[in-house]
Amino acid sequence: MSLARHWRLQDERYKLIGRECATCGKKLFPSRDICPHCGSRDLKPYRFTGTGEIYSYSTIYQPPAGYEAFVPYTVALIRLDEGPLIAAQLTDLDREGVEIGQRVEMVTRKLREYGPEGLIVYGYKFRPLLKG
Amino acid sequence: MRDVTIIGIGETEVREHWERSLRELAVASITAALDDAGIERADALYVGNMLSGELAGQEHLATLIADFAGLRGLEALKVEAACGSGGAAVRMGYLAVASGLHDLVIVTGVEKMTDCENGLVTEALAMAGDGDYEAMQGLSFVALNALLMRRYMHDYRVSHEDFAGFSINAHRNATQNPYAIFRRPITREEFISARMISDPINLLDSSPIGDGAASLILCPKDEAKRLSPAPVTILASTTATDTIALHDRDDPLFLQAVHESAQKAYAQAGVGPEDIDLFELHDAFTIMAALSLEACGFADKGRGVELAKDGEISLQGKIPISTMGGLKGRGHPAGATGVYQIVEVVQQLRGEAGANQVDCHLGMAQSIGGTGATAITHILKGPD
Amino acid sequence: MKPNKEVGIIGYGAYIPRYRIKADEILRVWKSIDSIHLEEKSVPGLDEDTATMAIEAARNALKRAAIDPQEIGAVWVGSESKPYAVKPTATIVAEALGATPHTNAADWEFACKAGTEAMQAAMGFVGSGMAKYALAIGVDTAQGRPGDQLEYTASAGGAAFIMGPKEESLAYLEGSYSYVSDTPDFFRRPHQYYPQHGHRFTGEPAYFKHTYHAAKHLMEELGYTPHDYAMVVFHQPNTKFPRRVAQWLGFTEEQLKPGFLVDVIGNAYAGSSPLGLAAALDEAKPGDRILLVSFGSGAGSDALSFTATERIVKNDDSLLRVRDYIKRRQEIDYGTYCRYRDNLNSH
Repeated sequence: MSLARHWRLQDERYKLIGRECATCGKKLFPSRDICPHCGSRDLKPYRFTGTGEIYSYSTIYQPPAGYEAFVPYTVALIRLDEGPLIAAQLTDLDREGVEIGQRVEMVTRKLREYGPEGLIVYGYKFRPLLKG
Repeated sequence: MRDVTIIGIGETEVREHWERSLRELAVASITAALDDAGIERADALYVGNMLSGELAGQEHLATLIADFAGLRGLEALKVEAACGSGGAAVRMGYLAVASGLHDLVIVTGVEKMTDCENGLVTEALAMAGDGDYEAMQGLSFVALNALLMRRYMHDYRVSHEDFAGFSINAHRNATQNPYAIFRRPITREEFISARMISDPINLLDSSPIGDGAASLILCPKDEAKRLSPAPVTILASTTATDTIALHDRDDPLFLQAVHESAQKAYAQAGVGPEDIDLFELHDAFTIMAALSLEACGFADKGRGVELAKDGEISLQGKIPISTMGGLKGRGHPAGATGVYQIVEVVQQLRGEAGANQVDCHLGMAQSIGGTGATAITHILKGPD
Repeated sequence: MKPNKEVGIIGYGAYIPRYRIKADEILRVWKSIDSIHLEEKSVPGLDEDTATMAIEAARNALKRAAIDPQEIGAVWVGSESKPYAVKPTATIVAEALGATPHTNAADWEFACKAGTEAMQAAMGFVGSGMAKYALAIGVDTAQGRPGDQLEYTASAGGAAFIMGPKEESLAYLEGSYSYVSDTPDFFRRPHQYYPQHGHRFTGEPAYFKHTYHAAKHLMEELGYTPHDYAMVVFHQPNTKFPRRVAQWLGFTEEQLKPGFLVDVIGNAYAGSSPLGLAAALDEAKPGDRILLVSFGSGAGSDALSFTATERIVKNDDSLLRVRDYIKRRQEIDYGTYCRYRDNLNSH
């Protein structure tokens, strides 16, 4: 069980905390130590609001080990309002499906469990806006 | 820097090799290549492989293979770049000879994928992407490519069926390649109705996993004439990388690393895309074939599928691809594929491609790691 | 009882999952004789559990309270369906909310009144000056044995309440009263997947005795009668019990209506009366007095009396109300329900 690996990622997984480059102003997710745009090492924590729109999506029928219980499930690339793309599952989907451009919001859900005895990993997923 | 030539090639069939282990496959391909070159020993061995640890419980792979191939003592190193590991091994072999440090180098790509059940293999392949931010989110490697295909279809208003030509062409060519995993053609109807894996990618968009090994013998051009009647010269060898994750790409639908690697290769070889007679591209998925053709300058953005629709990718077309089946028809033993591609370009340039022979003097091979995160391109020239 | 320093609710939020199974659909499979009188109940999705629901309810509460989560001094979660038997749900919620590390966190248990346990303690914590704000959540993904009566009603959901000074509250506490006894009407031993239900024993000696006395004693202490209340919220194990005790105590159907949710979402156990309170607060006007009477098997009842302040009126349309979650529904069949509730594995 890689407990520490998941624990280290809680800021990102639970709160969508990435970085803002103090030099060029770009918002980054996930966190990094060096800005990929300008090379600066001056990066500060930045919390994303969790809203964005769907850039692309796909429904998975053949899952990687550990995700069988959820099949079929839909994954997406979402363009967060602050700029970066994020890869995540969509959840709470209606039977009508989703569309590129649809507005979505972040929720915290179970990503997976390591068996009935193991760690439960929680993290971000995105759902169509509940209101509006 | 010296010119580098390929004087020997060897490959195993791509199959579910129930009776052959990882090391046995590698040794078989090395033996075949050594025999083809007419030599018995070499100075160095570079092994391309992605998943020996995850799927076979074996790391330290190059040393093991050197030992079992009867080559104890030589320099032996494994190199890994996900599904581009084969191309990476070719790159290392090229550097070793071009630099003048080694005169006879064996390059081997080997992968054994079929011992483990589907879920584990899918989990392992997802390691080609970002483990913490793509794989842990439940995105399989197929899903990453599916996200690209879905967006491509949306932006360029093409349908899933428009990609059929890539798969049909690959299968047709594979029927004449005795080393290919698939030996029967497929129809358009089969392509349209195939089982969905991660929509819109279905079974016939996706290259099959398999077990296999391929090897090359490299030597400097000056030595080549002494050893081989038909040496193939490596005119260009380049590598470029991009963000590992799709979500960090500036434009996910433009394979920047593929573009840079190809541009550098054209410059090294002093040629342009119009001079390339055949292209063994990394058709892990039909969308990758389209995007590769675009990034390498064979089609404008969003027009890659047209090459498939118009038949320009066939053996008789403007830019034949997957001439011996490609990843789709010959098979995709992940880390080995990049070496299979070189073997096949050499076969074409030597005139040994049989029913699939293309009239050619310049061939290009490109091995890609992940969703375009690493691109390794080689341009080869036929014997004088 | 109330703390020396006056306290109240400064923010509240709810969560109900979107899936619903109709009582008729369960009836179709089990062909039970007893009629249940409820329409449908809520069912959590495959990627939901008590922690994920608590997090969303708490986030809604935080939005309403508009405070810095770092100022929360306690995060207390009451539930009988903790994702871990040993490891607090509360630390997961506290981390997700941004309340860590300078806070207390713990899980509470008292069957269906675990939520009001946490609420009462939170008010004491704030009122004593030990924390500026304290977050209390009642939430459950209740489990009913297939074919059992409870299966018709055991549902999922919950609500979160941030307690703070009366001056900042949208509803302040006038007093609370707890009434408990060792009454084993419904319980679950460790390593058992489904609870044991005392059938008729859960009625008069359990639910009715404790809710009646808690409410009666509280009103007597405060000098109120049912007429002084705009709304009353009871724990809702089914559609009959809350109506009967309301009538007994002298409350009307109109007073019961705003917080009465069991017919459309079922019994969310530790989330039941908290959700009822949240629904009542959604409709409350300044000056409205609300009585909350929870019940937890084992057994006991907490009665809490609140009065809404001017701050109850919020003009922010983006704040999610209980009705927004009730409206959001997707019906599932019994087979899908079994898959979601993991009833296909033997327990």
